[in-house]
Amino acid sequence: METLKLTTPSDREIAMTRVFDAPRQLVFDAHTKPDLVRQWLLGPPGWSMPVCEIDLRVGGKYRYVWRHDRDGTEMGMGGVYREIVPPERIVNTEKFDEAWYPGEAVDTLVLAERGGRTTLTLTVRYESRDARDAVLKSGMESGVAASYDRLAELLASTPARGRA
Amino acid sequence: MHINRLNATFAALAHPTRRAILARLASGEASVTELAEPFAMSQPAISKHLKVLERAGLISRGRDAQRRPRRLEPKPLGEATKWLERYRRLWEGNYQRLDALLEQLKAKEKEWKP
Repeated sequence: METLKLTTPSDREIAMTRVFDAPRQLVFDAHTKPDLVRQWLLGPPGWSMPVCEIDLRVGGKYRYVWRHDRDGTEMGMGGVYREIVPPERIVNTEKFDEAWYPGEAVDTLVLAERGGRTTLTLTVRYESRDARDAVLKSGMESGVAASYDRLAELLASTPARGRA
Repeated sequence: MHINRLNATFAALAHPTRRAILARLASGEASVTELAEPFAMSQPAISKHLKVLERAGLISRGRDAQRRPRRLEPKPLGEATKWLERYRRLWEGNYQRLDALLEQLKAKEKEWKP
């Protein structure tokens, strides 16, 4: 199985890399067609995506709302497309309705195809180091994963892990 | 796990020297002098890092009054790892669903382009 790699390329950024066994046009479609996006971008079990609106043009908006199936809790986010180069690159802003970090973040999605396989790199750039660290510290979203990298690095050289 | 304690754990882990100290303590307790040895650092500088680790509950002091050896407290680290693993799984869950969707899309394309 392919594994998700998480890094912190600069003090304002968090990056995720993952390989998919499909041509990049399909991966691009899965990120830009609402009926496809709502099938996989769901988070933990028990959540669905009742709202998924995408106006795929520069300056166009997108809006996602997730709902917890049992208790009805909703979580929304959205932003504006800044760059669209099908099927290889999308730049958009992102802001959660109840953001726990200051300002907007900018997401850059890059899809590179090789031999029918696609390497996805998603880089999230926060407004400031403080904003990124708020994400890291809150442990929400992808930010946590960057901390996980640090932990993994530490634990790899830590024989005591079995005791934890 | 309480969020403040998690914050303290992440803040403590954010420094390479502190990660190295934890890795060293993973192979057994050590005094401040012993911990300072591998680093080009004064004892007061090391002590500062030890204080951060201690406040985060990642290390504690042994009984020996003379050496005051520090030792690893694996519990908070283990809790933080478990907690982070949940988030990694969240994204991995998304991408595994995307894998399945892409398989369907590939199959559909084949139907259209035999």
